Amino acid sequence: MTVTPDPALVADARRERRFFLSLSLPALFIVGLAAILPILWIIRQSFLTTGGEYTVGNYAKVLSSGLTWSALVTTLELSLGTLAICILLGTPLALALASARPRVANVLMAFVMLPLWTAILVRTYGWLVLLRRDGLINAALTGSGLTAEPLPLVYNFTGTLIGMVHYMLPLFLLPVYAAMRDIDPNLIRAAASMGATLGQVIRTVIMPLSAGGIFSGSIIVLIYSIGFFITPAVLGGGKVNPLSTRIERTLSTFQDWGSASVLGILLLVLMALIGVMLLAARRLLAQNTVEASAHA
Amino acid sequence: MLEAYPQNRLARIVLWSFAALVMAFLMLPTLVVVPLSFSASNLLEFPPHAYSLRWYENFFGSATWMAALRTSLTLGTLTALIAVPFALLSCISMNRLGGKTAATIQSVLLTPSITPGILLAIGLFFVLAAQRLVGTLFGVLVGHVVLAVPVACIVLLPALARFDWNQVQAARSLGANWARAIGGIIVPQLQISLLSATLMAFLTSLDESVISIFLASGRNSTMPKLMFLSLRDQIDPTIAAISTLWTVIVVVVVLIVALRQKS
Repeated sequence: MTVTPDPALVADARRERRFFLSLSLPALFIVGLAAILPILWIIRQSFLTTGGEYTVGNYAKVLSSGLTWSALVTTLELSLGTLAICILLGTPLALALASARPRVANVLMAFVMLPLWTAILVRTYGWLVLLRRDGLINAALTGSGLTAEPLPLVYNFTGTLIGMVHYMLPLFLLPVYAAMRDIDPNLIRAAASMGATLGQVIRTVIMPLSAGGIFSGSIIVLIYSIGFFITPAVLGGGKVNPLSTRIERTLSTFQDWGSASVLGILLLVLMALIGVMLLAARRLLAQNTVEASAHA
Repeated sequence: MLEAYPQNRLARIVLWSFAALVMAFLMLPTLVVVPLSFSASNLLEFPPHAYSLRWYENFFGSATWMAALRTSLTLGTLTALIAVPFALLSCISMNRLGGKTAATIQSVLLTPSITPGILLAIGLFFVLAAQRLVGTLFGVLVGHVVLAVPVACIVLLPALARFDWNQVQAARSLGANWARAIGGIIVPQLQISLLSATLMAFLTSLDESVISIFLASGRNSTMPKLMFLSLRDQIDPTIAAISTLWTVIVVVVVLIVALRQKS
């Protein structure tokens, strides 16, 4: 038996749906105006000469320049380097925090989140104070006689990497910590009672169960690192030029809107490529987890 | 979590020492500027030999910095006042529509937060240049609102999910229109979340630097833009004073949000 709904009710429901849709319009409008339109404009600008005529010359110019390719390499080196260090530093820290009593963990998490709440330029300034030739770290190193000469810690790749890791680490930590907190402690107790060593428990219980969190954290780090601007611009001292600072220089110093747009599109393409790779990796990861649980 | 391994004391000591080092790394740059801001010398001495408030006087006595402070506070306030109502309306819409439609709206609204700031900045620069609006407060404001809307949504969506919609249903059946239902029931009930969303939107605008660097100029320069420019040129302890003040403000705001949410 089928019930034919009252047409008046159907019309009512449809009207209500339209009303709810309309509530999203202001926010969608602003995203269209201030995010989507600008991206489309970059695409358009990349095909325009300074005089406003259509050309593919910008692409030829940018893609044949060695600076572009070295910017691409620097972007990848910085992003992947940041990710690698975040995994190395963040995973053990998350493990320590997740193994602490909840009270202690909450307090420590507040401290860990402190940089997240510190303005990016304040942090960058802090790093300059610490890392410069006459900075605190070099003063401590030469003062204690550990090094004879101050080390070049900033206005180079090292300084940029330090600043970027510092920015990304709390963002990486959050999902990893959440995943580790969610692990059922009974699993670890069970493994221990069966004679697993601590190393084995970490390898075969904790790491597989936190893989999802580490993966999410890695995505966040990559997405934010690829186009990161402030840290390379200040801590790189003009010597570290990923796509982001190359774009700024092309636009501000050379007033070359077309080439800056082409570089912007390269950045978009890079993000899309990474997005596709991450989706594929997630599918693989999900498959492995299913297989692993099927074996268990 | 690891209490099943009481005998592995050494492993625990190693793990916690490593964790302590990483935490020190995270907190160091924020904390190091505080003593420096009270130094009497223009050199980077640590710890300072003599203390003074001269860098704070410098900041409050500088017309340029004060103008930037005013711009940043105005922008932050306007951003929050625009972004939060927009976010609230779209969160109501997502909550009620549900399913694929809501997911689509959400992913569109989140796009700006995963787009590199530099792309938004140059794209907006081109759009505004065509309208001759580069350097105006309006241009920066639009950029800040689009970044603050997703932040506000992240706070408001879960709050609306906990909201009891029967109340609205009851009000509606008694003849209240939607504007009345939103203003009279949803807004007062979500007070605390709305306050958090407002403060977060404000902080988003306050800390935003890339769009400001490209789009703000002259009188409309924001604090982050001026700080960026002065960091590139030379290091002045005035920045340490600003950094300290800024961090204190942010910590206070975050504490307000955290305590409000607990109570």
